[in-house]
Amino acid sequence: MMQTQSMDVSQKASEMTPFQAALGDKAGAHSTDHEAMMRARQVSVFYGAKQALFDVNLDMPAKAVTALIGPSGCGKSTFLRCLNRMNDTIDGARVTGNITIEGDDIYSPAVDPVQLRARVGMVFQKPNPFPKTIFENVAYGPRIHGLAKSKTDLEEIVVNSLQKAGLFNEVKDRLHEAGTGLSGGQQQRLCIARAIAVSPEVILMDEPCSALDPIATAKIEELMDELRQNYCIVIVTHSMQQAARVSQRTAFFHLGILVEEGETSVIFTNPKDNRTQDYITGRFG
Amino acid sequence: MSEHIVKAFEEELKLLDSQIAKMGGLAEDMLGRAILALDRRDPNLAEIAIKDDKAIDELERQIEEQAISLIARRQPMALDLRQIVTAIRISSDLERIGDLSKNIAKRALAVAGEPHPKQVMLGLKHIGLTALEQLKHVLDAYSNRDADKAMKVWLRDERIDAMYNSLFRELLTYMMEDPRNIGLCTHLLFGAKNIERIGDHATNIAETIHYLVHGTAISEDRPKGDVTSSTVIEYPDMHFKNGKD
Repeated sequence: MMQTQSMDVSQKASEMTPFQAALGDKAGAHSTDHEAMMRARQVSVFYGAKQALFDVNLDMPAKAVTALIGPSGCGKSTFLRCLNRMNDTIDGARVTGNITIEGDDIYSPAVDPVQLRARVGMVFQKPNPFPKTIFENVAYGPRIHGLAKSKTDLEEIVVNSLQKAGLFNEVKDRLHEAGTGLSGGQQQRLCIARAIAVSPEVILMDEPCSALDPIATAKIEELMDELRQNYCIVIVTHSMQQAARVSQRTAFFHLGILVEEGETSVIFTNPKDNRTQDYITGRFG
Repeated sequence: MSEHIVKAFEEELKLLDSQIAKMGGLAEDMLGRAILALDRRDPNLAEIAIKDDKAIDELERQIEEQAISLIARRQPMALDLRQIVTAIRISSDLERIGDLSKNIAKRALAVAGEPHPKQVMLGLKHIGLTALEQLKHVLDAYSNRDADKAMKVWLRDERIDAMYNSLFRELLTYMMEDPRNIGLCTHLLFGAKNIERIGDHATNIAETIHYLVHGTAISEDRPKGDVTSSTVIEYPDMHFKNGKD
């Protein structure tokens, strides 16, 4: 009898409060129990002789948003670009260490960077739709990757992707008009639809809202919240408030070093490192 | 800790801190006067304490307004956020301490003309000064962001509870001895209870300081010593036979 009672108590202690559950229902809060989708170990990046990133270790869980924050030049975008080998395209850039997606080394010679970028999609700061129709913007990826067996198949992928990106209802009557004719926020969602169309596992976002107004920003944030049910999302943002709003985990970079990483609600209420505290409270000298 | 890049934010947080300090000072003065008013049967002191309560209420209102405005305009994070939440919590505890002190002062006025039993008055003064000391220490702990000192206050509240228990018994005994004591003793009993509650508010503030400094709640349970809710004192002269006659 006594034993059962004490077990009840210990069970209670490990249970989440309803609020914690609401914050972290799709992983995040307890990501240590959760399988990391992408895993970076001892990652350093050099631009020529200059080292931009120093021995970064970071797990990015599936079905959660991981936010990378830090002042300009701290290495957060450099780190993000390692995750789909975008740094390969920069002359003199060299990446050391190990990055895996579901256990596969993404820098292994056997990996085709183009195939990798289908698994790890990216959305940029400025919406950059192709100078093509809305339909073609989304259809382009699945077509070159041979993901559609027929025209109907392709149409289904396009409609599906636009729906997931929360754009379909706004553009369904003008799918064959130019993507560049959409508003900034719509263009950004079109870019997200384009990334989703090739069924990635990870979506990288490099300041996806910095060129958008607050309403368009809210729509993208709502979209991220929906997308995280199915994807691992990693976002670089200059807006601490945005990181606090959208992410389950936050990593703070400073001078090329990953200073602190943890649950978003802890980082923004009780960070452990003074540098993190100074940065997020606006005290950085 | 370095200062905020935005100086106005820094100023606003400092203002909030100084408002709390001011409010704390007022609460200390009020409680001190209320205890003295009771002890010396001094209606003038009691009147001052009663009047001061308005100022404390007004400060609480201002602090709350500033805190809400800070949250809306500055979107505070981490330590800043904790400081603002802390200010709201502490000001509400201090406001309650003000109310309770005012109530003690009113009772001091009510019983000023009556003879005071010496032993009880000594006990009452003692518990009052102990609560005042607790309040002073916890306010010092706040202004120095000293969580260890706050923790000491938190642990010491047990002493106030013990004093209250014995006053409770003593006052009940007086009432039983002579029904003419009931009026006076009831006022004194409520006075003692108010002081005991003030001690509890001081421990609330101590808990808030712990949160401010460490970012987490105190994990252990506070030792609690107020057993008066279940205390029964037998009437000395009558012997009921368990309800049967």
